[in-house]
This record gives sequence, C-alpha cells and structure tokens, in this order.
Amino acid sequence: MSTATLPQATTGALPAGTKLPDFHLPVAPGRKASLSDYRGQTVILAFYPADWSPVCGDQMSLYNEVLPDFQEHRAQVLGVSVDGPWCHRAFAEARKLRFPLLSDFEPKGAFARACGVYREGDGTSERALFVVDGEGTIRWSYVSPIDVNPGADGILEALEKLESNRPTPKGGTP
Amino acid sequence: MTVLKPPVSSDDHRAGPDGAPVTLTEYGDYECPYCGAAYPIVQEVRRALGPNLRFVFRHFPLSQAHPHAQRAAEAAEAAGAQGEFWKMHDLLFQNQDALEDADLLRYAVSLKLDGERFTRELSAGLHTDRVRRDFRSGVRSGVNGTPTFFINGVRHDAPWDLPTLTAALEAAAAVPGGR
Repeated sequence: MSTATLPQATTGALPAGTKLPDFHLPVAPGRKASLSDYRGQTVILAFYPADWSPVCGDQMSLYNEVLPDFQEHRAQVLGVSVDGPWCHRAFAEARKLRFPLLSDFEPKGAFARACGVYREGDGTSERALFVVDGEGTIRWSYVSPIDVNPGADGILEALEKLESNRPTPKGGTP
Repeated sequence: MTVLKPPVSSDDHRAGPDGAPVTLTEYGDYECPYCGAAYPIVQEVRRALGPNLRFVFRHFPLSQAHPHAQRAAEAAEAAGAQGEFWKMHDLLFQNQDALEDADLLRYAVSLKLDGERFTRELSAGLHTDRVRRDFRSGVRSGVNGTPTFFINGVRHDAPWDLPTLTAALEAAAAVPGGR
C-alpha cells in the first residue's frame, strides 16, 4: 500500500540513496554555484527541458507560487536546464521567479548526464526532480513524462518524509 | 493516478446536483487567459450534460504571474458570502481585463450585493485563507497549471477542447457507480 504513494524514477535517473554529483554551474551571468554552497540545507533540483514553455503556470511558475511551502521545510529549490545564463535571466525576470536557475550549458548537459537525466536526441534534460538532503544524498528522484508538468505534490511528500526521518534538527538553524 | 485531495465536499462551490454521476472540478485563476478560454467550454459542457453533471470550482491563483488573481478569487468568495458566488464567477471570467478593486466593487453592485460589506471583507482579507486553502489542496492534488480539471476526482491530463472534454465526461457518466 504505502509503496505506491511516491512515484519512483523509471529511467536512468540516480536513485534515492546515492550521492548527487557536485556541480559548479552559472546561476547568473558571471556567477557560479556549487552543491557545497547548500550544505546542511535540503535542496530540490528541478530539471526541465527549456525556458519559455508557452503556458501559464508552467513548472517553474508553479514552484514560484509554492515557494512558501518549500521554505517551511527549509528547502531550497533550484531550476536546471541547458539554457545559458542570459536566457535564464530573461526568463526569470519575465516570470518573476524568486529562486535560482542553473545553466547546464557548458559543456552542455554535463550535469544532467551525471545525474542520468540527459535526453541525447533532444539535447535537453528530462523533466526530473531530485530531493537532496543536507549531506548531498538523494532522498527522492522522479522523472516525469517529458510533456507532463509533474506538479509539486511529489516534492512536498518527499520533504515531509525526509523531515519525519530526521532524528533531530541540525544545530545553528534559526 | 493523480487524485483530488480532499475530495469534493459541502465546503466546495458546487453547481448541479450532488447526486450527478459525473463531477467536473476545475482549479482555476480568474486572470489566467487559458482559464478564460476554458470558461465558455465549461459552460457548454454544463449545458450539454445537464443534470448528469456537477461542476465544482476551486481557486488556484498564480499570484506571481497574475497580480489580480488572488483578489479576484477573494471577490468571488465575498460574493459567495452573500449568496452570489456563481454570478460573480461568471462576471470575473467575462471581464478578465477589468479586475481592479473598483471593477470588483462595480460587479458586486451590479449583483445588488451589499457593497459596503463586500469592500470591508475584501480589505480585511476575510477570504484570504479560504483561497489559500483551495490553492494548497490543488498543489496536493497535483495541479500543475491553470486550468487543471479533475473528472470524478481523477486528473484529466488530456486536452480540454470541447469535443475531448465532452467525450471524457460522457465516458465517466457511462461508468456505473462513478462520481
């Protein structure tokens, strides 16, 4: 029964229990971020195929709206696509996104490849979600059909599960 | 399978008989152009299915993208507090380009609502939590944009053009014991 609550990754995405490969990717023109910058924090990595999906409430806009719920779990969401940092900047400004977008741009898709979610023929990543704990271990991963926005319910369930499994909160948090 | 959480209850805005074999639930945003495009389609399927359909509307304002959406949803609730949720719902979708506070009040007055009470409730944020609760239930139910439809509690991932939506609803109506 309970095994059916969280959908599991069906492709080559790195599964729960493995370490997320470190990354060093632009978050803005001229500025890079690494996984180690978020050590001690839960990180939600949301790979998506491309900026400028032509619908209201696309995946990134939805996460923008759900941000307060993610923050309640003290989780940082990071969007990732193969688009360059200038493209990300324009996209983020247009959609008023309040969280960072990483550019998996050079070498193209290298981070997606390392996570097992690169689409060779398309030259983009899958629509893949990873919830990573403060030690860098993947606690949940999921690959959505490429044309289906996975929503936020799976992420929230994974965050709740992570919280209920955590023995005590880490010291030093406000 | 992505299902509606919580299921439809007496807390919801429902149009059509509670015993209808099919319930269509929409998570929508009054400022979203796609919801605006879906509005006449929903009206048409409601006409076509008549007593076989119960329609439920839940708020899913994408406030970052649509600055008037939250307030408009609260206006529908404020009208609902005076018994005219659906008339306000219609006016909002028919006037998506005019959702400033003065417009909302104008619609309330045109529905012969108590304008003072309407304005007071909006200013006090009396309906903010209700709208937020709908939004959160949508997130939990796997709403991934607007509009998102559920047919008898199951997310409808196919397109919502008139023929497709009608066919899906009629198929659900033909399943015995559905709801």
